[in-house]
Amino acid sequence: MIVAEGRQPSYLEDAGGKTGLMAWLGTTDHKRIGLMYLYAMVAFFFVGVGIGLVMRLVQLTTFQKLISAQTYNALFTVHGVIMIFLFVIPGLPAVFGNFFLPILVGAKDVFFPRLNLASWYFFMAGAILAVLSLFTGGGAPDTGWSFYAPFSIKTGTNVTLAVFAAFVLGFSSMLTGINFITTIHRMRAPGMTWFRMPLFCWAAYATSWIQILATPIVAITLVLVMLERLVGIGIFDPAKGGDPVLYQHLFWIYSHPAVYIMILPAMGAISEILPTYAKRPIFGYKAIAFSSLSIAGVGSLVWAHHMFTSGMSEFANMIFSLLTMLVAIPSAIKVFNWVSTLYKGSIDVQPALVYALTFIFLFCIGGLTGVMNGALAIDVHIHDTYFIVGHFHYVMFGGTGFAFFAALLHWFPKMFGRMYSRKAVYAAWGPLFVGFNMLYFSMLVLGMMGMPRRYYLHLPQYHFGHQVATVGSWLLALGLLMFFGALLWAIFKGEKAEDNPWGGVTLEWQVPSPPPLENFEEIPTIEHGPYHFPQGGKA
Amino acid sequence: MSETIARAHESHEAEASHGHPTYGTFIKVWVALLLLTGALVGLSHLGQTAAVWGLLTLTPIKAALVFYFFMHLKYEGILLKGVILVTLGTLLIFFVLLFSDVAFR
Repeated sequence: MIVAEGRQPSYLEDAGGKTGLMAWLGTTDHKRIGLMYLYAMVAFFFVGVGIGLVMRLVQLTTFQKLISAQTYNALFTVHGVIMIFLFVIPGLPAVFGNFFLPILVGAKDVFFPRLNLASWYFFMAGAILAVLSLFTGGGAPDTGWSFYAPFSIKTGTNVTLAVFAAFVLGFSSMLTGINFITTIHRMRAPGMTWFRMPLFCWAAYATSWIQILATPIVAITLVLVMLERLVGIGIFDPAKGGDPVLYQHLFWIYSHPAVYIMILPAMGAISEILPTYAKRPIFGYKAIAFSSLSIAGVGSLVWAHHMFTSGMSEFANMIFSLLTMLVAIPSAIKVFNWVSTLYKGSIDVQPALVYALTFIFLFCIGGLTGVMNGALAIDVHIHDTYFIVGHFHYVMFGGTGFAFFAALLHWFPKMFGRMYSRKAVYAAWGPLFVGFNMLYFSMLVLGMMGMPRRYYLHLPQYHFGHQVATVGSWLLALGLLMFFGALLWAIFKGEKAEDNPWGGVTLEWQVPSPPPLENFEEIPTIEHGPYHFPQGGKA
Repeated sequence: MSETIARAHESHEAEASHGHPTYGTFIKVWVALLLLTGALVGLSHLGQTAAVWGLLTLTPIKAALVFYFFMHLKYEGILLKGVILVTLGTLLIFFVLLFSDVAFR
């Protein structure tokens, strides 16, 4: 134990004169801010899940008795906006990055604690504006989460406020990125060289660079949409000599790297989980670290594979198809190294490992269908079909979502000082896994059959696939309720957790559960790599 | 934390004290900017192609002069210069890839 127990109070105890809610709302402690993100994001997540369930019900009934076509358009837009901007993009960096990055590098907090709190307020302000956009102006936006011009500049719905909400959320993302990069550069503990940093930190570092470099582009683009709507500047309006394809370029220059903002920290969490339960150093540490940077770099150059049918030049189609194939290389490096880490390990099967392995399985399906999308000839066939929706959910939900669950199970005892019921989260895994695959694999099949995405009605030949998917969505929702119900119960009623229940060797397992206010009584001196398992692999 | 910030501040002051641009430098740069602006105006009278190429080549030079002298980039450390170069390099790559569409459409 680096910290003498009892010398510092737990971060969960109020300090500094304020108590209760005010102590949380004014906190600059990175751990509390991480939890505030967690609570807010899980709430938004369940709103997004609810909307998803309604959309599935609409497709089940065929006759669309539940809601109108206009409302359906609003639902898939709001579902996308909530899930993308309020859950998956901030997801792991905001929660686990905030909570664990300083601890993993041996620091007492992030470099800019007040800026960190400001990031959370930007996030909440953006979220409130997004909610307001549903009920003000011309009603909920109906453009899809991508706000494509020229429709987004013509529609009478409240796109202006919705894109302004996304603009504000972008500030939260950029400020978090600046904070993490500075923390990693300036606050690593003595002896913690770059290659002694845990891989989650490498992933957070690569993610932060994307956040800083790419987010301003979408921010400006969204401002241009607002100016189009308010004063008609004409940059995206073909009637005024503008170019709507330029909107797609500018949007995807950010939004494709944003996919890596979503998945890279998830991969970082998996790289922490696997060695802990295999009780051996991660296989190919440097390869995984550099693959994070490669994914961030190459992933920023492939945006136009979303635009193969947009009327873009054939030359650009070829260039972007080729570049897209290159991203598969660093992604595959990670998967191969994770699997190799398990080989000959002393595997301790725990819930976090089961969810992490589920991540690898689902992410592989998502990744390989992504390679299919990147191939020009196939993409023209499946563009804007349910295949895209299925692929995207395999990557974002099967990937980032399940990694989020795995990370939560892995770090929950450290964050809350309580242990959850292993049986309960194992029981939740069943409906989650079965429901997930029924829902999204059906979408892959429907897409190959030709079912277009975002359609309110469907032809009879697609109905069976929709029925399977809808039943899957019920199972998935059941699994989510069981999973989060078990964790919620554990927060209040769970047994007290040990300081190091999984035998981990990174720094967070060397401090008490829950961690003290400033993490360490004395900043530790690091003398070896992060996955140093002594005694032949046993911690 | 405050010590770290103080150290960074001292180091920044030490770097900056190595040299500040003089009024003479400012005036020379200003004259150069005026000449470049004049060249751009002149090029714009030679047709659209010349105007576009003028904008693509001369405007970055003008921006570089402003960054380097007026915004004191010349007197910054290698880290800040590197960060700006990486950012500009990223922007350049985005432009090139964008032109793979626009120029061949």
